[in-house]
Amino acid sequence: MAKEFKRLDGRKVNEIREMEAKVGIVPNADGSAMFRFGDTIAIAAVYGPKEMHPQHSQDPSTGVLRCTYNMLSFSVSERIRPGPSRRSSEISKITEWALKPIIDIEQFPGTVVDVHIQIVQADASTRCAGINAAALALAHAGIPMRDLVSSISIGKLDKQLVVDVNKLEEDWEEGEGATDIPFAFTSQGNEVSLMQLDGKISMKEYKEAVKLAHEAIKKVYEVQKKALKDSIKDIGGED
Amino acid sequence: METSKLTINRIKEYLSQGKRFDGRKPEEFREIFIEKNISKKAEGSVRVKIGKTEVLVGIKLDVGEPYPDSKDKGNLITSAELLPLSSERFELGPPKIDAIELGRIIDRGVRESKFIDFEKLCIKEGEKVWTVYIDIYSINDDGNLLDAAGIGAIVALKNAKMPKYDEKEETVLFDEKTNTSVPLSDNIPFSITIRKIGNKFLVDPTIEEEDAEETRITMGVSKGDIMSSMQKGKETSLTIEQVSEALDLAEKAWKTNWPKIEKFLK
Repeated sequence: MAKEFKRLDGRKVNEIREMEAKVGIVPNADGSAMFRFGDTIAIAAVYGPKEMHPQHSQDPSTGVLRCTYNMLSFSVSERIRPGPSRRSSEISKITEWALKPIIDIEQFPGTVVDVHIQIVQADASTRCAGINAAALALAHAGIPMRDLVSSISIGKLDKQLVVDVNKLEEDWEEGEGATDIPFAFTSQGNEVSLMQLDGKISMKEYKEAVKLAHEAIKKVYEVQKKALKDSIKDIGGED
Repeated sequence: METSKLTINRIKEYLSQGKRFDGRKPEEFREIFIEKNISKKAEGSVRVKIGKTEVLVGIKLDVGEPYPDSKDKGNLITSAELLPLSSERFELGPPKIDAIELGRIIDRGVRESKFIDFEKLCIKEGEKVWTVYIDIYSINDDGNLLDAAGIGAIVALKNAKMPKYDEKEETVLFDEKTNTSVPLSDNIPFSITIRKIGNKFLVDPTIEEEDAEETRITMGVSKGDIMSSMQKGKETSLTIEQVSEALDLAEKAWKTNWPKIEKFLK
């Protein structure tokens, strides 16, 4: 691997864009948060546990986690037709799967915990930003959790692995082109709860990507943790 | 019918002793049966059976406008329907998340591997390109519809012949098929889904095994160890070591099962 790989925005290969997280941004919600990677901004709001509607979706043995991911129509250059798409349905589902391992809602049978994620501004890695915001919003809502979830994307630009791809990198065309590899990890448990891949990579390189993501996740987790602590300070609690 | 807890526990118990109900090894698929040209009107079509699981995959082509971000490339649209005919678990109505996810996983496998040469599907840049439709229907669900659909997609594409296009009239003559195949590369994505049941990993589950699984990882694997697509499904997380183990099993499964599929691609 080349030692000096120039990224388009001057970042080092393992450098994440500027991150920002804020908890408590939607007063009506039981919990809410914003998470930003550079120009990618996601907000999430949690409502619940509340009675599940439609009633036939109720599970008498446990509470249900229900995530909805959506991009605002003006969040990208070319307007997105509002409403659910196949892409957003799939991302909603994998977000649910990414978060479920840490959520403990068996004790609320018949209820649903709704997590609404909206992408306000998109510059790639939107599902990762969405998951990071959602994990914070769940914690803010006081949903019983065993851990936090932190998410990051790894990119392979030609042959070089990089952390946290932006849109320009996502459209990389030289050499082997761009490969997009989003991950989510349970923040302290170090378990992988989301893996996807678009592009081309060998099994061996993929294992390196897992390690790289695992390192990067720690920085995401620190930002999330700080945002949660700050939210307690804001209401006058002790750190 | 849902698999009983008793059966699921028995499956796990067997697996912990390294055994499957039907005696297969972890990396072994059930018998794969492939029948081509099952529908004359389709440009390409195939029936894939893996054990008792069966899917039909058809390819249709049509001429349309390119997408604004790929003016000189053809289009691909993949969709899947889980027919109520194929299992009492499937209901009528608009596609639910299972069907949407299935379609998207297969689409990603075909698209990202660059198996289809989309540039060769351009008729007139910015105006007219071929759209390839891959349509997947379940006929009998006895587990692993995912890989059955993935295998069906690559064989049906290989089997497809372009219809004639009348440039003057700007119409597609669907009943006059040419001898031209769809432009394809040798990067053929073999869909392999690794399933985790307890602490064991395996491929090609029966429906009972699928009901026992905690998580699955679908990969599009070409040439033995190149992955172009991946999706982890279901809500159980994996350790980093387990991710490695899953990749190793996928490599092994490719070696074992690819020859059985490759012979239908000639």
